[in-house]
Amino acid sequence: MKYDIILCGVGGQGVLSVAAAIATAAGIENLNVRQSEVHGMAQRGGAVLSHLRISDTEIHSDLVAEGSADMVLSMEPLESLRYISFLKPEGIVISAQEPFINIPNYPELDKIHTEIKKMKNSKLVDTAHIAKESQNPRASNMAIVGAASRYLPVKTESLKKAVAILFKNKSDEIINKNIRAIELGGSI
Amino acid sequence: METYALLGDEAIALGAVDAGLSAAYGYPGTPSTEIMEYLQQIEKKEGKPLARWSANEKTAYEEALGASFYGKRTLVTMKHVGLNVAADAFMNSALLDIRGGLVIAIADDPGMHSSQNEQDSRYYAEFAHIPCFEPVNQQQAYDVMSEAFDLSEKLHVPVMVRLVTRLSHSRAAIKTSSRKKENPGVKAPDVKQWMLLPALARKQWHSLLKKEKEMKSISETTDWNPMVIKNSKIGVITSGLGKNYFLENLDQCSQEFNHLHIGYYPLPYDKINKIASSSETLIVIEEGEPLIEKQLRGILPLTIDVKGKLSGAIPREGELTPDTIRSVLGLSPKASAISSSMPLPGRPPQLCKGCPHDDTYTFIKEVVSELKESAVMSDIGCYALGALPPLQVPETIVCMGASITMAKGAAESGMKNVMAVLGDSTFFHSGLTGLVDCVADNVPVTILVLDNSTVGMTGGQETILPSERIKQIALGVGVHPDHVHVVNAHKNDHDSNTALLRKELNFNGVSLIIPVRECIEYFRKKRKAEKGDN
Repeated sequence: MKYDIILCGVGGQGVLSVAAAIATAAGIENLNVRQSEVHGMAQRGGAVLSHLRISDTEIHSDLVAEGSADMVLSMEPLESLRYISFLKPEGIVISAQEPFINIPNYPELDKIHTEIKKMKNSKLVDTAHIAKESQNPRASNMAIVGAASRYLPVKTESLKKAVAILFKNKSDEIINKNIRAIELGGSI
Repeated sequence: METYALLGDEAIALGAVDAGLSAAYGYPGTPSTEIMEYLQQIEKKEGKPLARWSANEKTAYEEALGASFYGKRTLVTMKHVGLNVAADAFMNSALLDIRGGLVIAIADDPGMHSSQNEQDSRYYAEFAHIPCFEPVNQQQAYDVMSEAFDLSEKLHVPVMVRLVTRLSHSRAAIKTSSRKKENPGVKAPDVKQWMLLPALARKQWHSLLKKEKEMKSISETTDWNPMVIKNSKIGVITSGLGKNYFLENLDQCSQEFNHLHIGYYPLPYDKINKIASSSETLIVIEEGEPLIEKQLRGILPLTIDVKGKLSGAIPREGELTPDTIRSVLGLSPKASAISSSMPLPGRPPQLCKGCPHDDTYTFIKEVVSELKESAVMSDIGCYALGALPPLQVPETIVCMGASITMAKGAAESGMKNVMAVLGDSTFFHSGLTGLVDCVADNVPVTILVLDNSTVGMTGGQETILPSERIKQIALGVGVHPDHVHVVNAHKNDHDSNTALLRKELNFNGVSLIIPVRECIEYFRKKRKAEKGDN
C-alpha cells in the first residue's frame, strides 16, 4: 500500500497541522511516513505546499511525483487547482470551499468551484460551517482532515488519537472540539 | 533503541547529542534553523548541550572553534550563504589540529525556497580540503553525526555535513542509538598547530594535504559510497537526494543500471573509474551544482557518454524532483488528472496583516515619491517582502548587512537621498560594522533599523541583544545625538515619521531612525503561549 497526498493552502491556514495529524495517525498504525514541509519566507501568507507520503513499504522520495497523488487536500479552493498536476487521473480533490483572499486579482469564486467540480473525483467542504458547529473557529483544518478521513489509509480512531497527541499540552476541551471537527467533517 | 518522527534538521541535532556533543553555535537561516531550535529544546529539558545563537555565522564558527580547542565535540550550523560570512574562519580552521570533533552542518537551498542563491556547499568542502558527508534521509542525518565526529577526531580536521531543504524540512521516523559520553575538557596538545603564522601555517598546509590522501582512501571503502555493478551498459552516479528520486523511478524502468552513490567526499576516483569502465553511458544525478559531472568531464575529450546537468539532460536550475530525472532515465512524464485550463494568479509571500514594517514602508514610500533622486538599499529579512507589490519600496537586496554599506558607497559616489533599511537582528549580524564605516567618513546616509525585537523570518528567535541598545550603540560609535531617533512604527505616527525622514534626508551626515513595534506574529504567539490556548 502506498498513499500520496498533496496538502496545500495559504501560509498561516494550518496546512502543517493537517499534515501532522495525518502523519501522526499513520505513525500510530506503524506505517512509513514522509512529510515534507515548507518553512521560512514561503510561509508568510503565500501559497504553501506539503507533500505527505504513507506506505507499508520503504519510501524513497520526500516529494510526490506529478500525476501520482491519490489526494489533493486543500485548505483553500484556488490553491487546490494550483497543484492539480500532482493528482493521478483517478485521484480525489478535497478542498475547503471558502476562499482566502489576500491577493488583488483573486478569480471569481464560482469559476474556481466549477473548475474543481469538473474533476473526476472532487469534494468541496464547508469548513467554516463545521468549525462553527464544533464551536471552535480554529478547527477548519481538522474539519478538512475529517472530510478526507474516509479515503485515507488510516482509521478515524487513529486520527482522533493523533489529535490528542498533537494537542497534549492543550485543555481537554480544545482536544474534544478538534475531535468533534474531525467527526463533523467525516459525516459529510 | 527508540523511534521518533523528526525533521532532517532535528535528526542532525539528536544525532549530534547522541554522538557526545558538548556545544553548538549558529545563526538562524532557512533551512538550517531547526537544528539549533531542537538542540535548545534538549538543553532546556536536560540542561545540556550548550546550544547558542550567535551574532552572525562567523562569530558562531569561531566560538565553535574555541570549544573544539578545549577538546569538546562541537557543532556549528548555518544556511549555505551563512558559510560565506563564516568563510574566513572556516577556510583557516581546515589547517588546525582539531582534537575535539568539529562538525559543520550546512543546509543548502536548491530551488531558492527562502534564499538569494543556490550555491552548493560541497564546493566549500572541496575548497577547504575537508571531508563532506551528504545524508539522503532522516535516519542517515541521525547516523552521520556520530560518524562525522569520529572522523573529525581521527583525521584532526573539521567535517562538513551538507543538507538540502527537502531533507532539512521533511519528517520521518528514525531509530536512535545509545548516547556517547562527552569528551573531557582538554586543551589542544600542540598550540603551534593552532597558530597560523606563516611559518607554522606552511607546516599545517603540508599536513592538511597529507590528510587529504587519507580522506580520499576512506572514500573508496566507506559504506557512504556504495556501488552495485549489474553488467548494464548504463551507469548511474547519484549524490544527495538524487538517489531517492532515482530509486523512486527505478521500478518503472525497463532495464537495470550500474549504480554508484556518493554520500562522502572527496570523490572515490577508483570506484568512479570502475563504474565508468563497466558502462557506455554515465548518468549523473546530483542535487545542487554539477560538481561531480564537471569533474568527470574535465577538459580533455571523454571516452564515455556523460549525461547530467551540464549536458542538458537534467535541468541545470532549481531542485531535483522525481519528475525532472525521468527523461534521462528513459521514462516519459506521468499522466496526471485533467490539468486545469484556468489561469491562476500567483500568491507570493507577503508581510503579515498588521506588520509594523508595513507602516514603516508606507511612510518611506510617501517621502520617496516626493524626491527626484533616491535609493532604498534593503537587506535580508522579513522586511525584504516590502519589495513586492503593493509597497515596492526596497531597491536592493543582496546579502546580510549590505544595506548600510551599499548606501554608503552610493552616497559617496554622489547619489542623493540614500537610505538603508534593515532589521534589528541584521543590524547586530553585520550592519554594525557598516555603521562604523559611515560614521568614520561622515557620509550622508539615513539608516532605518526596523526594530521588531525578533528574528522574524526564521520563526521568531530572540535578537542576540535587546534591540533597545541599538540607540546606545549608534551614540557610542559617534552618530550625533540630534540624528538618532526612536519612533513608533505605527500608522498613527505616519505624519510625524514622514516629517522626520524628510528632515534627516536633508542632513549632510549619518542619521539613524529606529521605527519600533513588536513583530505581530510573535506578539500573537507569545500571547497564545501565555494563555495556553489552541
